[in-house]
Amino acid sequence: MEVGQMQRAWVEYTKSLFREGFLDAQFQQLQLLQDESNPDFVAEVVSLFFEDSERLLTDLTSALEQQNIDFKKVDAHVHQFKGSSSSIGALRVKNDCIAFRNFCEEQNIEGCLRCLQQLKQDYYLVKSKLEALIRLEQQIVAACGTIPMEELSS
Amino acid sequence: MASSSSSLPSMEFDFDEKPHVLAVDDSLIDRKVIERLLINSTCRVTTAENGKRALEYLGLADGQHPSHSDLKVNMIITDYSMPGMTGYELLKRIKESPTMKEIPVVVVSSENIPTRINQCMEGGAQEFLLKPLQLSDATKLRCHIKKLNN
Repeated sequence: MEVGQMQRAWVEYTKSLFREGFLDAQFQQLQLLQDESNPDFVAEVVSLFFEDSERLLTDLTSALEQQNIDFKKVDAHVHQFKGSSSSIGALRVKNDCIAFRNFCEEQNIEGCLRCLQQLKQDYYLVKSKLEALIRLEQQIVAACGTIPMEELSS
Repeated sequence: MASSSSSLPSMEFDFDEKPHVLAVDDSLIDRKVIERLLINSTCRVTTAENGKRALEYLGLADGQHPSHSDLKVNMIITDYSMPGMTGYELLKRIKESPTMKEIPVVVVSSENIPTRINQCMEGGAQEFLLKPLQLSDATKLRCHIKKLNN
């Protein structure tokens, strides 16, 4: 694929992620913070998000497997997850966390377990999409192209 | 190391004169984002992962002597919800210090809770912002710093 095609693919893919509610405007804020002097900013933040998220999902799974569930602890994990997904613009994940916290408050085990399932699903989905997006960006840059951020507002 | 002023047409500061902001947050992701936001707004940034580390940096920790007259911090931005010491508690400690109380402190939080906001404003916070921070927030903060330093 030549650079022009890759750039068009990038624009279409990014727009679809916003349209389908995987990402929100906060992700665009992160993209705007990236420039030639910090070309890996988005990739770095996204990578931190992946590490953080996977650790939180492990902790949540373990916390909900306990005989006597400590809902305060579960809520603390979800609160953290909500924060990081919000900072990165992972909208679906953030909304899943909001629903999850409501069930924690109610101490509703079934609700919490359902939410954890949904959260895992949506997390792995957005993870694969972000990985694809970043790969595409890296290909464009390697072909000496630039990421056409300005085309997102058209 | 120092950036030349010709590459920053609208700013008169050279590296040493760039405003220095201390950013406190227990989330690594948020520290990275706020750091980039502030650096892009031509600030120098030091980050701390919790209130204790922030106080140590400022020379205000228990057992320290507050004699850091050469330490120049133009603004402190702190998350509210942190383990150990909340942003509010950190704010109070700073405002109690004869050497550091003049430094404007901005509290940020992901939760929009009026009682929390009032508590911080009454505690002497310069401003209370909602997370996630955006470019427009950094620009606003940058103007604050400029105004306060004149």
